[in-house]
Amino acid sequence: MTDMPISTAPKRSLYAQDARTKKRNRAETRFRVYGMAAVITGIIALIVLLTSILGNGLSAFQQTYISYPITLSEDRLDPEGNRDPAEMAAVTTFGYLPVIAMSLQQHLEAEGIDPGMGGRELAAMLSEEAPAQIRAMVLANPELVGTTIDAEILVGGRIDGFFKGRVTMESAERDRNVSPAQLVLAQQLAELGMMETRFNWDFITWPDASGSRPEAAGLGVAIIGSFYMMLVVLALALPIGVAASIYLEEFAPKNRLTDLIEVNISNLAAVPSIVFGILGLAVFINFMNFNQSSPLVGGLVLTLMTLPTIIIATRASLRAVPPSIRQAALGLGASKMQSIFHHVLPLAMPGILTGTIIGLAQALGETAPLLLIGMVAFVREYPDFLSTHSNTFPLMGDGATALPVQVYSWTQRSDPAFVERASGAIIVLLVFLLMMNLIAILLRRRFERRW
Amino acid sequence: MSFAKLSVSVLAIAAVSATTAAAQSRDNVQIAGSSTVLPYATIVAEAFGENFEFPTPVVESGGSSTGLRRFCEGVGENTIDIANSSRSIRESEVATCAENGVTDIIEVRFGYDGIVFASDINGNSFEFTPSDWYLALAAELPVDGVMVANPNTSWAEVNADLPDQEIAAFIPGTRHGTREVFDERVILQGCEVTGSMAAMMEMGMDEDAAEEACMEIRADGVSVDIDGDYTETLARIDADANGIGVFGLAFYENNTDRLQVATMNGIVPTVDAIATGEYPVSRPLFFYIKAAHLDVIPGLQEYASFFVSDDIAGDWGPLAAYGLVSDPELAETQSVVADRVLMGQ
Repeated sequence: MTDMPISTAPKRSLYAQDARTKKRNRAETRFRVYGMAAVITGIIALIVLLTSILGNGLSAFQQTYISYPITLSEDRLDPEGNRDPAEMAAVTTFGYLPVIAMSLQQHLEAEGIDPGMGGRELAAMLSEEAPAQIRAMVLANPELVGTTIDAEILVGGRIDGFFKGRVTMESAERDRNVSPAQLVLAQQLAELGMMETRFNWDFITWPDASGSRPEAAGLGVAIIGSFYMMLVVLALALPIGVAASIYLEEFAPKNRLTDLIEVNISNLAAVPSIVFGILGLAVFINFMNFNQSSPLVGGLVLTLMTLPTIIIATRASLRAVPPSIRQAALGLGASKMQSIFHHVLPLAMPGILTGTIIGLAQALGETAPLLLIGMVAFVREYPDFLSTHSNTFPLMGDGATALPVQVYSWTQRSDPAFVERASGAIIVLLVFLLMMNLIAILLRRRFERRW
Repeated sequence: MSFAKLSVSVLAIAAVSATTAAAQSRDNVQIAGSSTVLPYATIVAEAFGENFEFPTPVVESGGSSTGLRRFCEGVGENTIDIANSSRSIRESEVATCAENGVTDIIEVRFGYDGIVFASDINGNSFEFTPSDWYLALAAELPVDGVMVANPNTSWAEVNADLPDQEIAAFIPGTRHGTREVFDERVILQGCEVTGSMAAMMEMGMDEDAAEEACMEIRADGVSVDIDGDYTETLARIDADANGIGVFGLAFYENNTDRLQVATMNGIVPTVDAIATGEYPVSRPLFFYIKAAHLDVIPGLQEYASFFVSDDIAGDWGPLAAYGLVSDPELAETQSVVADRVLMGQ
């Protein structure tokens, strides 16, 4: 036993590297460089994406307003003089436009500013949203008629674009929707403090607007619609998904049938989302008569889409709980159900929550299935939680859109100002996704246990 | 089995709640159809919501054919009330409608849309005729009694008066109503004017076959079908300085700082030239009302009347400001809507 065979290999110093070690070390260095290159490519792609989105979209959070006194003349707005909102409603927004434009002209005259253009061109500087704003204000408070109010109204998209650098004097010369004279006047008014570009909450709260008034388009309806759909998904997909996974993982016998189910669930996770849209149209709208375009149907479709993701994540995290925990619980006399609900499930919770939130985030960014159930639409009415005019089911039955849908619709509009709006909507969507992922990380930290 | 059970239970829960809830009628107008009509419909819907007590209609896009297909699905609250279309309804669609119980349809023509040819503002300017487009884009041309593959690669080869610029055309894909107008008013027209059609018929083709051969667009990459919207065509022209795109007049009017428009037969496409019919490439725009819904869905009649009113669709209305060519016979359209004149009466 003491006679160890003497090595015949040449003596090697541990300090000097031989050729093979050097080769292996070089391979390792090369691999590290490849890895770093991969990471750097990813980071560059991210930076390019973010700069392009932020560069295009941040200006959507700013909007230009003009403030001046508007004289609400009685003979135009309430010819009968009764201050009866029902009668005054006969004056449409087309009747309000001259009132607003004339007030601007008079105010400029009083201030001694020469607009250098006619009334029609001057009116074209204001947003088409302005008459609607003033009309709603007057109808809500008829006593305003005959008085002069200090109003702040939106300016048109091109004038707004001038302050954001999108429209220049050179482009205005070629552009039929704005003239250099209008830009000169806008510059002058901005210097006088009448026109101001500032932070714009309306972008987040207002509903969508038509193609002729990009300056008034907002995300309000889309955010509410997305929120309702997430509620539906959370309320249905989480309990159903977790119950299904617990049964499949802990109780179900392992046989051909459960194998088949397992394969099918994995398959469903990879099915293109538009397939769920077709299913939703057939089942929820045509068969069950839920309202078209409603967040309820959208939520149900997204639930079907998210379920496989949640089931797979939940099963994986249940499987990751060591068998010793189960055995110990059973050994101490707990029933199978007690061992699962008291010991296994709490330990699997971080994984389940992460899976759920990833599923929700995926659902939040989904457009394709919504196309088929009528949610890719122009919707201006805020959807009620308890719908008063749904034909079948009162919960969330009003028409609505969703955040990614709004991005999609805005990229198709012809006015260049919608490019900025679409990028702004992407920023809002990214912020929501970031928040959801942050919650996932926090929950995981909070519930995570090590053994 | 568990997944099946699970989906069954989801459906069961939903079905039970569906039957227990009280039946109430939908109170907003639901519209779908042409993406060309979409901007006009949204402008009207918005103004309608502002000026009336009714809720703002929900407007979906998706294309004329999709809109009409959904329109013909039947009568009832879960079907749409109005289909927007950039072409008139086809016989086959009317038949499908009738099969599903949609027998009473009101056809409303509310204006015209010009189709323009535009290129990058910094590039060459063009003066086209339909023949130029036919010779540039046809798949095969008749030469000495045989059909040969289109050899033209530059506009100067097509017509010596045009600049020597590589042909790169971005035309609407076949799912767009615009493509139909382009094929018939430009390509087929060019085919007839150049005498190619006559040549084809001499070669033994009957008229239908010759027309079909005329309208076949080359597939060698010189002409690109754009299936998306005009924003995509604009992006392609931005990327390719030689590109010439087909746009709607309204889209061009909104982007005059980036695009220059070409003349057709020497006529500049303007609202006036299109209204008088001088500019050759234009088409009527329609919407179709399901008459059975008129007294069921609140606001439907009011919306339709408001759409065709002088305030909206007239010469000085917001639709004309956006690029619609007003219908010279608008008064007639107004009476069609007011009197609910059905199609075929």
